[in-house]
Amino acid sequence: MSALGVFSQLMALVTALLLAPLLTGWINQWRHWLQNKSAPSLLQPYLTLHKLFNKELLMAEHASPLYRFTPYVVFGCMLLASAIIPTLSTDLPLSPAADAIALVGLFALARVFISLAAMDVGTSFGTLGARREMLVGFLAEPALLMVMFGASMITGSTSLTVIVETLAHRELAIYPSLLLAGVAFTMVSLAENARVPVDNPDTHLELTMIHEAMILEYSARHLALMEWAASLKLFAYSCVGLALFFPWGVAEANAPLALLLALPVLIFKLAIGGMLMAMIETASAKMRIFRVPEFLGTAFLLAVIGLLVNVLLGGQ
Amino acid sequence: MSALYLVLGVPLLGGLVLALVGHQPRARDINVVFSLLTFLAACVMTVEVIDGGPQFVWAKQFYIDPLNVFLVTLTAFVGLTTAIFSRPYMRIEQDHGKMTPPRMRLYHSMYQLFSFTMLLGFTTNNLGIIWVAMEAATLTTVLLVSVYRTPASLEAAWKYFILCGVGIAQALFGTILVYMAADKVLGAEDATLLWSSLSDIKGQLDPTIMSLAFVFLLIGYGTKIGLVPLHSWLPDAHAEGPTPVSAVLSGLLLNVAMYAVLRCKVLTDGALGTQMAGQLMMGFGLLSVVVAAFFISRQKDVKRMFSYSSIEHMGLITFAFGMGGPVANFAGLLHMTVHSLVKSAIFFTVGHATQKAGTQVMSEIRGLIKVNPTVGWGLMLGVMAILGMPPFGVFASEFLILTTAMREQPWATPFLFLALGVAFASMLIRVLPMVFGEETKLKPLAHPPALIPVFVHLALGLVLGLYIPAYLNGWYVAAASMLGG
Amino acid sequence: MSHFVPQLINLFATLILLLSFAMLAQRRIVSLINLFMIQGAALAAASFLLGYVTGHPDLYVSGGLTLLLKVVLIPWMLHRMIRKLNVRWDVEMLLNIPTTMLVGIALVIFAFSLALPISRLSDAVAGGALGIALACVMLSFMMMITRSKAVPQVIGFLSMENGLLFAATTVTNGMPMIVEFGIALDVLVGVLILGVFMFQIREKFDSLDIRHLESLKDD
Repeated sequence: MSALGVFSQLMALVTALLLAPLLTGWINQWRHWLQNKSAPSLLQPYLTLHKLFNKELLMAEHASPLYRFTPYVVFGCMLLASAIIPTLSTDLPLSPAADAIALVGLFALARVFISLAAMDVGTSFGTLGARREMLVGFLAEPALLMVMFGASMITGSTSLTVIVETLAHRELAIYPSLLLAGVAFTMVSLAENARVPVDNPDTHLELTMIHEAMILEYSARHLALMEWAASLKLFAYSCVGLALFFPWGVAEANAPLALLLALPVLIFKLAIGGMLMAMIETASAKMRIFRVPEFLGTAFLLAVIGLLVNVLLGGQ
Repeated sequence: MSALYLVLGVPLLGGLVLALVGHQPRARDINVVFSLLTFLAACVMTVEVIDGGPQFVWAKQFYIDPLNVFLVTLTAFVGLTTAIFSRPYMRIEQDHGKMTPPRMRLYHSMYQLFSFTMLLGFTTNNLGIIWVAMEAATLTTVLLVSVYRTPASLEAAWKYFILCGVGIAQALFGTILVYMAADKVLGAEDATLLWSSLSDIKGQLDPTIMSLAFVFLLIGYGTKIGLVPLHSWLPDAHAEGPTPVSAVLSGLLLNVAMYAVLRCKVLTDGALGTQMAGQLMMGFGLLSVVVAAFFISRQKDVKRMFSYSSIEHMGLITFAFGMGGPVANFAGLLHMTVHSLVKSAIFFTVGHATQKAGTQVMSEIRGLIKVNPTVGWGLMLGVMAILGMPPFGVFASEFLILTTAMREQPWATPFLFLALGVAFASMLIRVLPMVFGEETKLKPLAHPPALIPVFVHLALGLVLGLYIPAYLNGWYVAAASMLGG
Repeated sequence: MSHFVPQLINLFATLILLLSFAMLAQRRIVSLINLFMIQGAALAAASFLLGYVTGHPDLYVSGGLTLLLKVVLIPWMLHRMIRKLNVRWDVEMLLNIPTTMLVGIALVIFAFSLALPISRLSDAVAGGALGIALACVMLSFMMMITRSKAVPQVIGFLSMENGLLFAATTVTNGMPMIVEFGIALDVLVGVLILGVFMFQIREKFDSLDIRHLESLKDD
């Protein structure tokens, strides 16, 4: 519980809060550029958040208290998730809580609350979105867990900090099981973050929405928190991906200078990751809802095969 | 300069020549001539081996020993007689409009190439080349099965290709495993896949690898033998192609697959020291006999019925080799020989019978003996032979197999008796009306059929049942002891 | 560097397995052929790499043969065939895709468990990949069973050959050259014959749906 540890924890928190909307803006820019359209400014998400915080709050008449505090719960979950992932440093006071399974649990908690709140107000689109979200989540969660287990099997622990430290310190090796897990993880993050090919974040057609449908009723600061939470979720997923598959550059304990280096490295890795995600989104078409189980089933099976391949080739 | 070069070279050359001229009317005779030359070369080679002992040819790539030399001669002989039979038969088919000159070209050239692949499979010393030859044999006959271009024949040929292809892929995996086991002992050279080298060191091959390899090899080559449950391609393929093709498929190709399994069994027995290989073969063989017998009782198409009979007999042969021991091996080898002869004879007569009746459905063929006594008697005697009536050769081999089973594997004998009995009854019930029934609409044939091959085959089957010449006996005994068990 | 190469070969092995799964779930026939082409390329690359590491020149020849046959010649023939036959989609399958994938997983587990004792006995460089090769063979086999059109069945058959060749390469550093040539010749002739076949089927049945070819039964 060193001072440096507390400091790096706070830094991680603040970085997450500030960088998440920037990441969303960056991906958005790249999507527009790849589609030959002129892009909005990189800081547009910040401006949107600022605008929303200053608007008047309106709620449906029969909205329950659940509806009211869901945005805070969700935001809190995502912030906590971003804080415990070792983005800048593995020396975090919260690292005992940084268990991969706990992380999945946090995401699940947020999902439950969003879905319940969406159904709370009683509109049909909210229920539609909630049902679809549950379908996606039902299949994506096991896949995500399998990916985590794959990485845990190689490093011998489910704690994210231990995983990052072990993988970063190993000599450069190609783990085929991590390749499979990586493909599976990409598919899962596309699904969980409501990206093409599962869900189009730009869509205005309610019947095709999954995530957007659930937050249709929110306004002002509630909507701002939900949007921020979505950005934080994307940020968290990206950081988990970087931690599992590209863990180099993360500062260790008692290395204040490395902490300074960790931030630019993180920004660099996120920038490339964002570009790749935008490319994947542009190259795919949104798939029909009943194909989503196939998509996620494939991700699950790839993750399981990654595990099996690890067992088979584990001797190497 | 060994006669082997001729044995292999003549059919290959024949295939190429007939690919050019196969559509001419003379092609039928050219086909017979090539087959005759192959047979003569095989006889010469046989005499060489009798005098000189087992031979290695061309840097040990080919190996002729008592086990395969008589199979080579048998194949060449049946190939010759089938070519003689096919002369008038295919002419009649052409007159009926079922064959066109381009297809005749395909038919003739593939016939010779098929002989080549079978002979290659028998004589090669390299386990990998056995596989290549088996696959090539499948490929040459696939187009032959579908040569009539009817929907049923296309279906049969497609099933044949796909199922045999899948099966044989398993055999390739088995071969790879054998190579792996051999690699550890002999190192990775070209000699590592030679059967003769492997046979010398078979005690040192790793048992785990060899047992898995044998399972894959049995499943793979067993598909080509027609062992149940991998047999579903066989009745279709044998029934839908032209009759000469059915005759060589039933009579010859099944033997090549059986031979491949036997070679692998020798290696596995040496490596394992247990009876696992034999027990697997007994199991599959028994299953095939029983299932095929019951299927025979449900058949309406005459060629399908006889294909199931082939499955039954190959199952019996597999069972015999599975039991092992000098008597059972001898019986198995004898059965392989007489089955080839008698089954092809049956197909010759059935071919002409179906041509006269214009259909393959048994209930519509009647009164053969009145219209064409030679065909009728040929069919009757052939069926008697294949059902195991004395004094034909099949009786002798089945007797030996059953008595050995009663002595060594008594649990199997009730099944065998039951199956043989069911097959006997079913076939007789169906064939008797065909031969002796009331007169129906049998047309005369435009060209006189070549029925001498039928009676030659049946005569040989009879002779082998009564008296086996000394050199042949010596062969069988030598081969049986080499197969061990 | 030398410890890198076995890992690279394992990477190719995993890639080949991945492609087998992708082929199992793929509906567009053009993509199926392209996936098969990539699988052939990965196989050739693994052969070349193995040849470099073990110093066997045979493996270079084998890799070159694979490249010529499975990456250039056969995909070209298949593309021509499907253009003439005008087949694009294979929408209906025997089992739906999630079930197919689950059965595929079961097959992979079965193949791995079967191959584990054997690959421990192998002293070849990439002996651990035998299980992967066997899994690929079984997945291709499954692809042949669950498809209802002729072209995917053919591609399943060819993919099975790929798996077998991969097994031979990893476990024993390649088969004797003459055998490899024989196998390659068989495969080539097989594809030619299948091509001829598919035209005949198309002519007779006006469709390449295999379910038309189920009328021969025992009655």
